[in-house]
Parts: sequence; structure tokens; C-alpha cells
Amino acid sequence: MAKKNNPITVLNYEQAQTALEEVITALENDPVNLEASVALFEKGKELIKHCQVLLDTAELKVRQLGADGSILPLDE
Amino acid sequence: MFDDLNETSISIYSVGDLNAYIRALLESNENLIDIWVSGEVSNLSQPRSGHIYFTLKDENAQVRCVIWRVHAVRLAGVLRDGMMIEAHGTVGVYEEGGQYQLYVDGMRAAGEGQFYQEFLRLKDALTREGLFDEERKRSIAKMPGVIGIVTSATGAALHDMLNTFRGRYPLAEVILSPATVQGDAAPEQIVDAIVRLNKYVKPDVIIVGRGGGSLEDLWAFNDERVVRAVAASKAPVISGVGHETDFTLTDFAADLRAPTPTGAAVAAVPDTMELADDLRGRQTLIEQLIRARLYDLHTTMLEMTMRMDHVSPESNIRQHMQKLDNASMRLNYIQEKFFGYHRKVLDVAFEKLSGYDPRYILQRGYSIVEDEKGNLVTSTKQVQLGVGIRAWIMDGVISADVTGIENKKVRKNGKEK
Repeated sequence: MAKKNNPITVLNYEQAQTALEEVITALENDPVNLEASVALFEKGKELIKHCQVLLDTAELKVRQLGADGSILPLDE
Repeated sequence: MFDDLNETSISIYSVGDLNAYIRALLESNENLIDIWVSGEVSNLSQPRSGHIYFTLKDENAQVRCVIWRVHAVRLAGVLRDGMMIEAHGTVGVYEEGGQYQLYVDGMRAAGEGQFYQEFLRLKDALTREGLFDEERKRSIAKMPGVIGIVTSATGAALHDMLNTFRGRYPLAEVILSPATVQGDAAPEQIVDAIVRLNKYVKPDVIIVGRGGGSLEDLWAFNDERVVRAVAASKAPVISGVGHETDFTLTDFAADLRAPTPTGAAVAAVPDTMELADDLRGRQTLIEQLIRARLYDLHTTMLEMTMRMDHVSPESNIRQHMQKLDNASMRLNYIQEKFFGYHRKVLDVAFEKLSGYDPRYILQRGYSIVEDEKGNLVTSTKQVQLGVGIRAWIMDGVISADVTGIENKKVRKNGKEK
């Protein structure tokens, strides 16, 4: 299986969690061969790592909606 | 002139009797129990006894009011001289002073009653319209990407909410759609802020909120326009208006009612601490799964190896070898049995034969005699005097000449005579 351009890192937390859920379900449902299992396992580990990175580096983005629909920085 | 006074039918009250009578009269009158009286507070005092005394007045009249300590505890700190209030209580008489007064057990700001009537009317109308139906409530996304906030840009509520998001779920993006949240301009601005969020931002959830305040301060959130805008919002709305005890019509129209702005922020997002815990749990699970999977595969492989082994040519060969071994062992057995028997027979025969061996006789001290031509001499008739003979004994041959012949008398029956 050719490695795609590592799409995991572009997922947001919810998407990554959903993907992780799918991986676990697939692993629980007895995949047919070892290669698939190991690939799923690797993917799961990557997803977990990605989620952890997201949690560790997250910083709340706060902006303000202008009257004309423009989105501006917010002075707190 | 005093005739009338002499009349015995006329009763004369003492002051105390009079006041007692008046008191009984007033305090038994149902129209003076459980009433609301509106007016301005003046002459407010709270002596050490803990009771509160004040006068309630309007332009033309005034009445003394007392709040007993039991209620004063609850109501203290609220009252100020000059305040317009609506006081709730019962009329009674202070006999010693000859004064009737209002015993107050509850109060509200003046106008609150009218507000409340309006609140009930609108709530009733909108309920009948179905605006507050449970079926209308939408579920709130568990992990919102974009959160819209409608509140004042300068209020404490915004601060509280942002702090909550930073602590709980900094993964989100917050877009403030600012609006004045009290005063006459508030309803229009709140409506506009909600509409603009839905139009330009399309957030996953909108929080409409403001911090605590008086009923008047929160009134914008009972405005029909605001309530309708909340109900019509495309994005689900969480309301967080005022304090725990404040209920506004916006709360009823919202998809989720939180008691405070901070409560609304908490309700809008998960806690990253829990998410991190969850992740650790999933990591353990996924490792267990792959280990179990590998173990299964290993077991399967072992089984297959065993089965393969069973049907392999080598196994066939081994089978045949075993057969051969088996046959060979049986052959050996037969051989042992057969040859063993015959060997014994032979041994016996051999022993018997040994008895007939001439050498065996020689060993026992006999000798064999032959003539010169090598014929065995068994009778005296075969030799004459002077001829040579050879006698075989155990360890060699003796050559000799016949020097005498003597015939043994043999009886006819073979016995010696």
C-alpha cells in the first residue's frame, strides 16, 4: 500500500477521533490479514499521536465579527 | 347637653380597648391580608433588633412598614431610601402607638409586576405557537470547531467564557458577534448579532449570554424579537443569561439552557483533560487489540505448520520409514525365533555327532589301526605277521610291525566265550 501524503496531520481533533474510532472498530472486527492489522495499528498510533499534539499545542483563537461580515482580531 | 352622656346604654372604651378592637377588625379583614402596596421607601432604619422599619409613601399619603427580623435577613441590603418598590404583606395594628402599619414579608422593584405579567403573556403566546417545543431542540455538537458568541465585547461574561474555553477546550475558534445586552438598543443588536453569525460565520454553536443583573437588565432576553431570533438561528443556541435563578424566554427558545455564561461555555465544549484520558484509554485498547491479533495469527500459524507437516512429503517418508522399521523389527523377530530354534537343533545334533568323531574316541584313550595301504584294521584276518601297521592315537601315529596275532573266541550270539 503506497503511503499517501500523510493526511492525518491535517485532520482536526474530531475528525482524528472519528478516524481512530474506525480503526479500533476495524481491529476489533478481526481484519483478514496481518499486514492490514499492522497497518491499522500504525494508523491508530499516528492518530493518537496527532490528537495528543493537537491537545498539547492548542491555543484558543478569538476573533470578532464586524458589521459588514469581516472577521477582525479582538482586543480583549 | 350632658343628658346623652348619662345614658347608661353608651359604652366608654379605654384607649387600649379601642386599639385592640381596631386591630381585631383590621387583621381579620381579608382585603388587608396578602396584599401588594407600591410606593417610595423613606425613613429607612434597621436598629440592633434586626427588624427593619421604613415608611412607604406616594405623593399624598404614607404608611409605616415593618419587616420582622426573619424576613429582614433575606431582604436586607436591597432597600434604599428613595427606592420605588412594591411591598408584599399584611396590614396590622401597633396598639401601643395607635398606629396601623404594613408588615412586609416580600418585595420587588416597582414595575416588576407589570414586567412579569408581560413575561407570562408572551411566554404563553410563544408556547402555544410551538416555539419552545422539545422537538425543536437540536443537539449540540460535542466538539465544536467554531463557536459564535453573542454578548457585550466589554462585559465580564465574555471574559468568563473565553477563560473557560482556554481552560477546557482551546481547540476551538471563537468568533464574537458583539451586541449591547441591556437597554433599549439591546434587542435589535442581539438579533442582528445572531443573524450575522449565521450568515457570515456559520458556527457549530452560538452562545447568547450576559452576566447577572436586575430583572430590567436582563429584559432584552425576554424581548419577542430576540426570542424569535434564537429560535430561528440555523446554528444551535446555548443560552447563558444572568444567574442560576434567572429564567428568560431566550432560555426557553434556546436548544440548551445554561444557568450562567460560564455554564454555557462549559456546556458547549468537552474538557481536554477528559479527552487526554480518553486517548490514553484508546492507546491501551489499540495495543491490546494488536497484541491479541498477533497472538491469534501466531496460534493460527502454529496450527498450519502442524497441518502442513502432516501432509508434507517428508512426513510421508517418515511414515514409510516407520513402516519399514516396523517390518524390519518384525522380520528380526521372526528371524530370531526361526534361527534360534534351528540353532538349538543344530547344537544338539552337533553334540551327538561329536560322539561319533574318531578323534573323540582317541581322546578317550582308544586308538585306530590301519594297514600299510591305509585301510582301517578291524579284524585279525586283515594282517599277517611281519607286515607294518599304523596306530592312530590322540596325539599322533605309531608305526609298528605285527609280531603276533591272537584271535578272540567270539560266541555266536556275539558275547565273549
